[in-house]
Amino acid sequence: MTAATIQGELGALLERGLSRRAFLAFCGAMTTLLALPPRYAPRVAAAVTASPRIPLIWLRGAGCGGDGEALLRTAEPDAVSLLLESLSVDYLEILMAASGTAAADVRSATMAAAPNGYLAVIEGAVAGADDGAWHTVGGRAFRDVAREVCAGALGVIAVGSCAFDGGLAAATGGTIGASGAGVVAGGRPFISLPGCPVNAANLAATFVHFLTFNELPPADLRGRPLFAYGSLIHNQCERRAHFEFGEFVEAWGDEGAQKGWCLYKMGCKGPEAYANCPAVRYDDGASWPIGSGQVCIACTMPGFWDSMGPAFRRLPPLASFVPWLTADFAGQVLVGGTAGLAAAHGTASVARAALRRRRAARARVAPAADAVPEPVVAVEAPAEPITPAEPNAPPDVAPAADMPAADMPAADVPAAEGPAEDAEDEPEPGLEAEAANPPEVPPEPKLEAAPRPKPVRPPAAEDDP
Amino acid sequence: MTAESMTAPAPDASGARIATPSPEREQRVRLYVWQVPVRVSHWVLAGSIVVLTVTGFYIANPFLVAPSGPIMTDVRTIHLLAAVALLASGLLRTIWLLAGNRFARWSAFLPISRAQVVEIFRQAGYYAFLRKEIPKVLGHNQLAASAYVLLFGLIVIEVLTGFVLYGVLGIEPAATLFAWVREFVGLQTIRLLHHLAMWGILAIATFHIYSCILVDNIEKNGLLSSIFSGYKYPTREEVLESRDGGPELLEEAE
Repeated sequence: MTAATIQGELGALLERGLSRRAFLAFCGAMTTLLALPPRYAPRVAAAVTASPRIPLIWLRGAGCGGDGEALLRTAEPDAVSLLLESLSVDYLEILMAASGTAAADVRSATMAAAPNGYLAVIEGAVAGADDGAWHTVGGRAFRDVAREVCAGALGVIAVGSCAFDGGLAAATGGTIGASGAGVVAGGRPFISLPGCPVNAANLAATFVHFLTFNELPPADLRGRPLFAYGSLIHNQCERRAHFEFGEFVEAWGDEGAQKGWCLYKMGCKGPEAYANCPAVRYDDGASWPIGSGQVCIACTMPGFWDSMGPAFRRLPPLASFVPWLTADFAGQVLVGGTAGLAAAHGTASVARAALRRRRAARARVAPAADAVPEPVVAVEAPAEPITPAEPNAPPDVAPAADMPAADMPAADVPAAEGPAEDAEDEPEPGLEAEAANPPEVPPEPKLEAAPRPKPVRPPAAEDDP
Repeated sequence: MTAESMTAPAPDASGARIATPSPEREQRVRLYVWQVPVRVSHWVLAGSIVVLTVTGFYIANPFLVAPSGPIMTDVRTIHLLAAVALLASGLLRTIWLLAGNRFARWSAFLPISRAQVVEIFRQAGYYAFLRKEIPKVLGHNQLAASAYVLLFGLIVIEVLTGFVLYGVLGIEPAATLFAWVREFVGLQTIRLLHHLAMWGILAIATFHIYSCILVDNIEKNGLLSSIFSGYKYPTREEVLESRDGGPELLEEAE
């Protein structure tokens, strides 16, 4: 059945200067692009040729016009122009002869006359600030014009990143209160085709889908058709093998760049961007950014001007106004600072321990060796009077009582095992002691070993000053 | 004041607070503190953090050029396997937050009692050289425990952002489950968080290692070896008077 339809249309195709082969190639490509089974190709062909001409109103919001240009300047325009003819582009400012009021009249007439409705395409952002005063068409806010057009549309297609989410106009510093075309779609079937510019092949495929199935293709959470924006660029990239094999461009123009290695280290945002650029490419498959040796800037992702910058860095800085403050720099400072703090604290702790040991040693050297126990009593505040030691002792003992909580007893008590010196050995004696409950066990061996080692230190310490 | 009374170990040398110093109180006991799941999850966590950090550094900035072989593939595979290990240890530890002993339980980490809150400041004061004594505690001191809560949070961030990035590889179901993240949070933000949380973990790990060495030197109860053996060697007095101690521990100590 479909074959007959195509045959019937062949004359018309030839009239338009399009060969049947080229037409079927286009339909096959569209079928593939839409991820439809090959058996849909005839149905697509029939729909494209046989459908009633659906009027198209192409509105331009705040944008550079690059999406319209991208569509019109495809390397091989036959197929697309055919599509546009079957769509009947009645209002497209960059192509119209009419201007001013006449153009506005065409728009109104198209809207009024279309028996089966029309498709609205919006390119560029919608200015919302100050009642839409930042962008007016014929004295009316573009926002209102767009709302009016969308209200009667069969479907609304936003093309380009600006119509997707405001794009450049909505980036940091923007003043016009820009937003995507979704705000004017008014609940009509709506789909977004972001990209800077939009890939004309995806736009054509969206039209084809609409003509074939009478509805817009299924979309993701942000309203982008899954057939075009469903998978990661990085996962389809022709340079992916170089990524896996650790082959990277390190500088522009280096050996890796000449060999077409992976641009990951140059800040390529392929690992962050979802689009079918690697598969479809631009200009009828001529090339695409990474294919031409440039990084991907993730122009299909929300807020890419802000969220995907800087273009040539892997990661953004923590705040855009301090470009040198990267996460890794902050992290290195954090970890380095912690390590430095630990080193300083450790040094100070060792110094404090040494100081205490010296003080304790002085306190012990001053009194006679036998009178040792007394200074320890000073640990208890009220016990101070008990310390009968030598006259020169008090100055040393007093601070010692306050400060060296840890070391005092250790240094002072020859009979007892102090933790300060024999710290490393402590657990083991403890282990043994465990078995035998009586408390005599610890002191016994230590009585012989402990007393002498201690005096060894003080002289050493005193040598320093 | 007898000689025995002076054998008080270092941290308790303030002596004055000890009601009845006796030789028995100074005796060290062998106390089981860290149960097997705690130690296993600790070392799996430590090992996986090391592996994840090294491989993560490579993935973020591939500094090696392999003459042949898919080095990025291999490194990423190791990264993912280590992430699974980290996740497993985290799950084990989470279960043990509910099933473990008093030193492993969730209540040892969250400062729910006044004593725990006070201990945070005492421990911090010790580190700042403002206090001479270290708070008496057998398990985690509350400052460390609070840091581990932070660590746990950072690991949760790493796991969640990691799963989002895992989905970016196109692997289901993560790819579908986390598709909303890339649209409404942004993959660059996710990667930034993944990096920042790593640095936070490394900073905590750095201080953790240092403070363990420091406290081991002060308490001298086998802190460092306890994470291998599970046992600490506090004195009876410490067991009785520590915030998380008690007489019931002494019974099981031997």
